[in-house]
Amino acid sequence: MQNKRSGSLTLVPYYVWIALFVIAPIILVGYYSLLDLEGNFTFENYKNFLTPVYLKMTLSSFWYAFLITLFCLVVSYPAAFIISRLKNKQLWLMLIIIPSWINLLLKTYAFIGILGQSGPINAFLSAIGLEKQQMLFTSASFVFVSVYIFIPFMILPIFNSIDKLSPALLDASRDLGASRLYTLRRVMIPLTMDGIKAGIQAVFIPALSLFMITRLIAGNHVITLGTAIEQQFLVTQNWGMGSTIAVFLIIFMFIIMAFTGEKRKKGASRRDKN
Amino acid sequence: MKNLVKAIIAIAVVCAALMYLVNSLDKTSSQGGTDILTVYNWGEYIDPALLKKFEKETGIQVIYETFDSNEAMITKVDQGGTNYDIAIPSEYTIEQMKQKDLLLPVDHSKIPNLKNIDEDFLDLDFDKKNEYSIPYFWGTVGIVYNPKMLKKDLDFTSWDQLWDPSLKGEVLLVDSAREVMGMSLNSMNLSLNSTDSTELNKATDKLIKLSPNVKAVIGDEVTQLMVNGDAPAALTWSGQAADMMYDNEDLTYSVPNEGSNLWFDNMVIPKTSKNVEGAHKFINFMLDPENAAQNADYVGYSTPNKAALKLLDPEVIHDERYYPSAEVRKNLHVYKDLGKEKIGEYNELFLKFKMSLQ
Repeated sequence: MQNKRSGSLTLVPYYVWIALFVIAPIILVGYYSLLDLEGNFTFENYKNFLTPVYLKMTLSSFWYAFLITLFCLVVSYPAAFIISRLKNKQLWLMLIIIPSWINLLLKTYAFIGILGQSGPINAFLSAIGLEKQQMLFTSASFVFVSVYIFIPFMILPIFNSIDKLSPALLDASRDLGASRLYTLRRVMIPLTMDGIKAGIQAVFIPALSLFMITRLIAGNHVITLGTAIEQQFLVTQNWGMGSTIAVFLIIFMFIIMAFTGEKRKKGASRRDKN
Repeated sequence: MKNLVKAIIAIAVVCAALMYLVNSLDKTSSQGGTDILTVYNWGEYIDPALLKKFEKETGIQVIYETFDSNEAMITKVDQGGTNYDIAIPSEYTIEQMKQKDLLLPVDHSKIPNLKNIDEDFLDLDFDKKNEYSIPYFWGTVGIVYNPKMLKKDLDFTSWDQLWDPSLKGEVLLVDSAREVMGMSLNSMNLSLNSTDSTELNKATDKLIKLSPNVKAVIGDEVTQLMVNGDAPAALTWSGQAADMMYDNEDLTYSVPNEGSNLWFDNMVIPKTSKNVEGAHKFINFMLDPENAAQNADYVGYSTPNKAALKLLDPEVIHDERYYPSAEVRKNLHVYKDLGKEKIGEYNELFLKFKMSLQ
């Protein structure tokens, strides 16, 4: 489409952007993580991170991010498949995407009302003669609301890869005697792996650093690394410690990217040949 | 492709129009001058009728803007580009603003109404001789509770009642290290300005024992939850409690006997002021007994103006929930600015407590 020279010229804005808004901030975060409150050079922040409080927090961040991603995947994969087989699939897809246009905070506040003691769910429970349930401020409600918020980000990439998958392949598999489950396991999932990986990336990484929702929906019963960063920067104004947590978060993210991103190219080229 | 270009142009046009609108609005609102006074205050924290009255009396036009946290306020003043003539921060923020050299001294000779202020509220540690700040409202930290929802007859005259087993999973706390740590320190008759690490660790251990009772650690949402009857008890500020009690008559408020925090919001003149004369007039105007009484009646907080107290409904001023007795007041203490390092320690320990919630 383009010759090489104009190609490299059009890449200049991209490189400038990456340098200014990706590389430079990461270097700054790394720099600040080595400073104490008075601005002196120190490794104290890293030592502090490797104490039980922060390690436990890291563990629970990963656990909840894992749960959120898992539930998102379990809901999104069948949903994306069904949508891709519908007549007005773009319209249905649109209906799922629209909620993601609404501000995150507004959606969260809406859930405070829905899940509260005087909310519609508890009103319904007491109307049919059941006892009211404490739903707000539990880790279950935190996972539920987060899954709701992240589902569009999981469905989109999965839908795209399922949509590109030729139905003929599934038919062929069935004709050759594979069971439904076997077809799903050996044909469909491997061929849509790119979408699944992209979806996991789009959900797991932001889920790792969620904050706000941990307070509003979980009432601080769930503490993630994101919560700790927010507190270090805004309340304690200890930029060093906040940056140190951020450094670890960035490292974790790179690891996840490496795991979910590496084989993608191979998968893509294989499919291109099809 | 054509449609895409059209769409991009449309968005650009809308943005440009909005920018123009914002700019022209900004010009009218932030143009400081001799007959314009810019007041920067918390939301819902003044009777708007008083602003009208001030404009009428002095001919000074008032521009009124609001903030929702001390930190947001100090950042905005610090960054410059604003010209607030009056701001109303809390006491520990005034200490910080003094350190950062963001305030102008207040000329007491221009504020004759200062004599109306109760001496108990003058010459306090955070601003000796009231060099930079004049009291506006004050209040306490305590427990707001709903007697109808309690399983056991508790009156919260002691902090320890929060640890009562009958409150399992029922208590709301504010998401603020100073308040929660201070509460725990007070419950053991220790100072809420403690900088002793052993004491702070003891307070944290005691808080961790409270965690089975904690329903949530949250921010301003506590108001709505208490009003809706989502929880029977919450640690909160007296002013917020007053709002809740206004919306839900079942609620009541108590400051435990062991002592608690006493806070002040004071009027200050930021260094960026362009109308220092007008700012003094405004402070003097707000200290007028009649105006202060009207304001206290509207806002619902406790006024430090002893002349205004005489004009207020006796039922309110004898209500110990808003105006605690001298005995309780003896045990109330103002937060000191403990320095970044100690505040960091408070927050680390508070985080440790929050991690213990399951």
